[in-house]
Amino acid sequence: MELTVDGRTAYAYTGGKSFDAALPCVVFIHGALNDHSVWTLLARWFAHHGHAVLALDLPGHGRSDGPPLADVEALADWLPALLDAAGVRKAALVGHSMGSLIALEAAARAPQRVERLVMLGTAVPMKVSDALMQTSLTQPLKAIDMVNAFSHAGTASKPSYPGPGSWLHGADRALMRRIQSGQPGLNLFHHDFGVCDRYAGGLAAAGKLRCPASVVIGSRDQMTSPKQTTAIVDALNARVLSVDAGHSMMSEAPDAVLAALRSALA
Amino acid sequence: MPGASDPGFDTLALHAGAAPDPATGARAVPIHLSTSFVFENSEHAASLFNMERSGHVYSRISNPTNAVLEERVAALEGGAGAIATASGQAALHLAIATLAGAGSHIVSSSALYGGSHNLLHYTLARFGIETTFVKPGDIAGWRAAIRPNTKLLFGETLGNPGLDVLDIPTVAAIAHEQHLPLLVDSTFTTPWLMKPFDHGADLVFHSATKFLSGHGTVIGGVLVDSGAFDWDAAHASSGRFAELAAPYDGFHGMVFSEESTVGAFLLRARREGLRDFGGCMSPHTAWLILQGVETLPLRMARHIENTRRVVEFLAGQPMVESIGYPELDTHPSHALAKRLLPRGCGSVFSFNLRGSREQGKAFIEALKIFSHLANVGDCRSLVIHPASTTHFRMDDVALAQAGITPGTIRLSIGLEEADDLIDDLKRALKVAEKAAGR
Repeated sequence: MELTVDGRTAYAYTGGKSFDAALPCVVFIHGALNDHSVWTLLARWFAHHGHAVLALDLPGHGRSDGPPLADVEALADWLPALLDAAGVRKAALVGHSMGSLIALEAAARAPQRVERLVMLGTAVPMKVSDALMQTSLTQPLKAIDMVNAFSHAGTASKPSYPGPGSWLHGADRALMRRIQSGQPGLNLFHHDFGVCDRYAGGLAAAGKLRCPASVVIGSRDQMTSPKQTTAIVDALNARVLSVDAGHSMMSEAPDAVLAALRSALA
Repeated sequence: MPGASDPGFDTLALHAGAAPDPATGARAVPIHLSTSFVFENSEHAASLFNMERSGHVYSRISNPTNAVLEERVAALEGGAGAIATASGQAALHLAIATLAGAGSHIVSSSALYGGSHNLLHYTLARFGIETTFVKPGDIAGWRAAIRPNTKLLFGETLGNPGLDVLDIPTVAAIAHEQHLPLLVDSTFTTPWLMKPFDHGADLVFHSATKFLSGHGTVIGGVLVDSGAFDWDAAHASSGRFAELAAPYDGFHGMVFSEESTVGAFLLRARREGLRDFGGCMSPHTAWLILQGVETLPLRMARHIENTRRVVEFLAGQPMVESIGYPELDTHPSHALAKRLLPRGCGSVFSFNLRGSREQGKAFIEALKIFSHLANVGDCRSLVIHPASTTHFRMDDVALAQAGITPGTIRLSIGLEEADDLIDDLKRALKVAEKAAGR
């Protein structure tokens, strides 16, 4: 569905059901150069099991108007405005990669509105190597291929996402290219990497949370390796759930991630 | 296999989509000859049907063995995913039926496999889908043929029968100017020779019966989506493709482009096309094609090596009037071939024998290694004489209009010793020469 936030259209996938703000709400927040479609299986499951679901397209991504917002803090302020537009008072926030930082900061800034926090494929801080940052600036298509390769743990993940016959490397590369091309004149990939790299307030934000937190790690994640989650897990006193996957865990291990989220949001 | 880039072509040909079977440890891909797959419980069943979870329900829609083939071919093409079908014709039909219906229009290259031409010109017309045929090199013709109800542009990487090379970058650009996708039949080239997605095509299909399988044992097809075409943008600008960008009553109002930004076409093709038309592939067939795909790089290299040897031999024979192979500078697509097909132009080509139909028949009948049959892309070398077989009802004038002479011979060069193939051809040419005046 389309919402109006700060005068601009914001898109949220509602899991194949009409949105009912009276139900317990789960908000899914995607990572860099992604959109809501990385969540659709999970979103459909929760929407058909008693939840109101908002799987967002962040500003400037997919179906949501641009421009993209400058940093994690701005995106964390945008999130409560979106909840207002949807008529939601409190929600569970589920974020992947860059989206996990937005969820964390939003939970710190508006703790009264967040019932649960789940961070998938996360690292705090989420520093991007100089080489990758530079490649994303000068050769974004090459950087997309690099990140895509690093984000997948193998070449045979079953069952494929969103259904049989999908080649995850190709589908995820196509998605990143599509999202990149959606902002002509702007290198959105470099922008998103900058958003991740610059965010320095994660550990401080953790101290402001009032809700239970969980961290879902991909045991074969090369982008945000399990050891990079230690600091935020300790700071949040978070429950840790591990799935056998790489960084693209929602597509590589959709059933395992569903089980983890069902547990984290129970 | 994580790294800074995806694995290479030869590695993907062996590994993409497959891992040792977790239940048995089997290293080769198991053949899952099962119509249906057990649900864990009622909730699991409901979530599979409602696309809340991914998995297999019924083998008309998906099957674990077929899924390996689908992922592997998609990986080799650089696509987002694929669907295995009962034949190449079924793949073409599935692509069209997913995007078009009564009142739709297609712009197609006129240089097509006869089966594809029949489907477009006669059969689909009966269902209200009209096709305008354009010579593949007529760039202005492609643009001029597009109508408001056009749903796709279509051509073969190497067109039948003359091996016209499709200028995919140019035709794709014309399609994209009008928010239309370009569908390409890549059967003759396979992804080893060319990846049409790299040049701008949006959808690719194969008759996997040919080079992908490579052994002349099975009938099958594969339809691959690049994931690059923006169906939403096309719908917003032209109203086309409501099939993908508007609610579908056949699946609880689902909007496929919302469900998957880059997989909408394949979702609809599988959830509607395979479900309702039922042109699915047998898992046993999928396994046989997988066996072929695993050696595709090795076989294609040999196909090309042998073809170049045979072409070189034929070019020096007085009984040979002309050869239609794009690597020769006499071929009208030579420049395009150098640009788009630097690894080779396939192993199927025609040449014209001097003399009568009778001499053509004598040539064919004298061959011992080449098998006289109607197929291409086998590991064994094949031959056919169109004037006495596929086009035997035509007189010489009609044959000429089709680009076929009484002496046209089509060869599909296999993997035998090139010297043996040349010896076979040499002997048959002598027989044909002696048959003059009969």
